[in-house]
Amino acid sequence: MAYEPVLTTFVTEPNSHTLDFYVSRRRGYEGLRKALTLKPNDIIEQVKASGLRGRGGAGFPTGLKWQFVLKDTPKPKYLCCNADESEPGTFKDHVLMERNPHLLIEGCAIACYAIGAKVAYIYIRGEFYHVQQILEAEIEKAYAAGYLGRNILGSGFDCDVYVHRGAGAYEAGEETALIESLEGKRAQPRIKPPFPAVSGLYQCPTAVNNVETLCNVPLIVLHGADWFTALGPEKNGGPKLFCISGHVKRPGVYEASMHTTLRELIDDHAGGMIDDRPLKAIIPGGSSVPLLLPDQLDTPASFDHVQKAGSLLGSAGLIVMNDTVCMVWLAMNLLHFYRHESCGKCTPCREGSDWLYRLLARIEAGEGQPKDLDLLFGVSNNIVGKTLCAFGDAAATPVLTTMKLFRHEYEAHVREGRCTLPAGWRASRPVFAGAH
Amino acid sequence: MEYAPAAFHASTRALPEEGSPFAFTPENQAKFDANVARYPPEQRKSAILYALYLAQGQQGYLTRAAMRHVALQIGCTAAEVEDVVSYYTMFFTKPVGRYVLNVCRTLSCALVGAERVTEALGDALGIKPGETDPTGTFTLIEVECLGACDRAPVVMVNDGWQERLSPEQVSQFLEALRARGEAALSGCHLRREKQAVGSRQSAVGSGQPAVGGD
Ligand SMILES: Cc1cc2nc3c(=O)[nH]c(=O)nc-3n(C[C@H](O)[C@H](O)[C@H](O)COP(=O)(O)O)c2cc1C
Ligand code: SF4
Repeated sequence: MAYEPVLTTFVTEPNSHTLDFYVSRRRGYEGLRKALTLKPNDIIEQVKASGLRGRGGAGFPTGLKWQFVLKDTPKPKYLCCNADESEPGTFKDHVLMERNPHLLIEGCAIACYAIGAKVAYIYIRGEFYHVQQILEAEIEKAYAAGYLGRNILGSGFDCDVYVHRGAGAYEAGEETALIESLEGKRAQPRIKPPFPAVSGLYQCPTAVNNVETLCNVPLIVLHGADWFTALGPEKNGGPKLFCISGHVKRPGVYEASMHTTLRELIDDHAGGMIDDRPLKAIIPGGSSVPLLLPDQLDTPASFDHVQKAGSLLGSAGLIVMNDTVCMVWLAMNLLHFYRHESCGKCTPCREGSDWLYRLLARIEAGEGQPKDLDLLFGVSNNIVGKTLCAFGDAAATPVLTTMKLFRHEYEAHVREGRCTLPAGWRASRPVFAGAH
Repeated sequence: MEYAPAAFHASTRALPEEGSPFAFTPENQAKFDANVARYPPEQRKSAILYALYLAQGQQGYLTRAAMRHVALQIGCTAAEVEDVVSYYTMFFTKPVGRYVLNVCRTLSCALVGAERVTEALGDALGIKPGETDPTGTFTLIEVECLGACDRAPVVMVNDGWQERLSPEQVSQFLEALRARGEAALSGCHLRREKQAVGSRQSAVGSGQPAVGGD
């Protein structure tokens, strides 16, 4: 059965980002219209019944998160949309905001209505300025058409949606760090509890949701929870965007159900491997998750199946690597990222990520000693589980997963005093997938 | 007890440059006032990043004078402003070239040869990452994942994007930037609608690597 896209419908058509297009071709704002006739709690129940799980990385049930938002308080409530999208290998929210921004705007309005908020802030990473310009222009149009602002569609419901620009910090994607950054501070996480649902932005009850998560909401309201669950495996319903990059012929964002296997994503959707070289390993969910090997590719790309296979679906950023990739180099590349992005609040993460990077750089340069492998392992294990936010575990993951699956490569580097893969191991020039 | 000034100032903190006196232009002041109204009145600090972007846009980089002005606007201390400035990577406390070339170096870009692009840019300009060329036109920086991994290697130039830059295209790319400024950039692929030909549920078509669009 062919899968019909619902999130990325028409995204390749000119002007698909406009309000006119959204209303005339995508049944735009019908979900909001319907939602405003329901009780807020009924929407939460519907989202719960749909089983929608957060698309930002953790896969937490969205309906439950909204239910936790403290309602019984005089304080205002807030919605924060997480558009920080900085997990290496992830670029799906980018597409949604750029080509289907009204779906997000509608999702924000419905989510605000459901949790009793009147203001939503879309926290967008500073580098997405071109996306922000589109989003802000379309928000203006939504105001002018009466889908945002005062007394929306005559319902008496008021809602403002603002875009807030970040300034370059991966850690701002962590939900409490996002809130701190929105409050005008460094993007450093808070101790949880209290969770944002109780005390978030300006110490008020707050829901933080990913862009893709919110984009699913109008569809659930419009088509119903049963429609949504039927799209995917049990507990993994709905449409899903997969970001495929690395050594594939057609890298891109692909929408599919979570029944789709990793192999189908790589071979059918992304066109298979460049130059038909053998696949060595993939990262299935953004740089923070463990590797999967070629014999695991028949795993369906769902939260639960990928977890059972020993990794995580995370942000669904698939990075595909062929046999020319050195796994020590891979870990070194990613630890350079984590070392740079650590917010510095906890010592194990701040110091440990730097140590790991230096050790890896030493081994990769052929100057590693046998004891370095134990040291890598020891430092990693002194980070995992000992930090304030999930960043710490994520930073240790590239080391632990490559050491577990490719320890022989580390040993060979140390033994031979050089990188042991064929000379072409690191792309000597860019490989343009699909460029004709 | 003696307070030796030398020891007292032994902090390793690098003090940003004082710079010339700074105040927002009337346009920027108006923009700031409009932005700060998006937040509750007692939460002016939420507009700090916006204010810093305005100041940086006005002056090219952030000086102590600019940070003090931002502090005044927000109603916080200059130390709080500096705390924020020193955290986020998109703020500069030293002069940068007219075009800041931010080459992505994280995994997906690296897998397809971003390092070669950085090298080629550095060679063409005679500088290393982190440096500005003698004419003050280009600053080369290596940055972490920009979130467009399907069009690697990606280079962010100021607020614009150049995608799929190959080392061979580098000199042509720099020439185009010199001649036409940011208009020479390919932009984000999705905006080039005629190229966005979907292939099998793909939101993103495959296209030519292009310098300056086509
Ligand atoms: C270090 C770190 C970085 C994160 N970055 C992002 C991000 O860029 N975008 C995002 O949506 N979620 C990110 N998250 C997940 C958020 O903390 C949060 O779980 C998510 O925004 C919740 O939205 P969801 O329930 O809709 O997925 C990150 C988490 C951590 C620990
Ligand atoms: S784990 Fe790392 S990123 Fe997270 S709070 Fe601690 S230092 Fe910051």
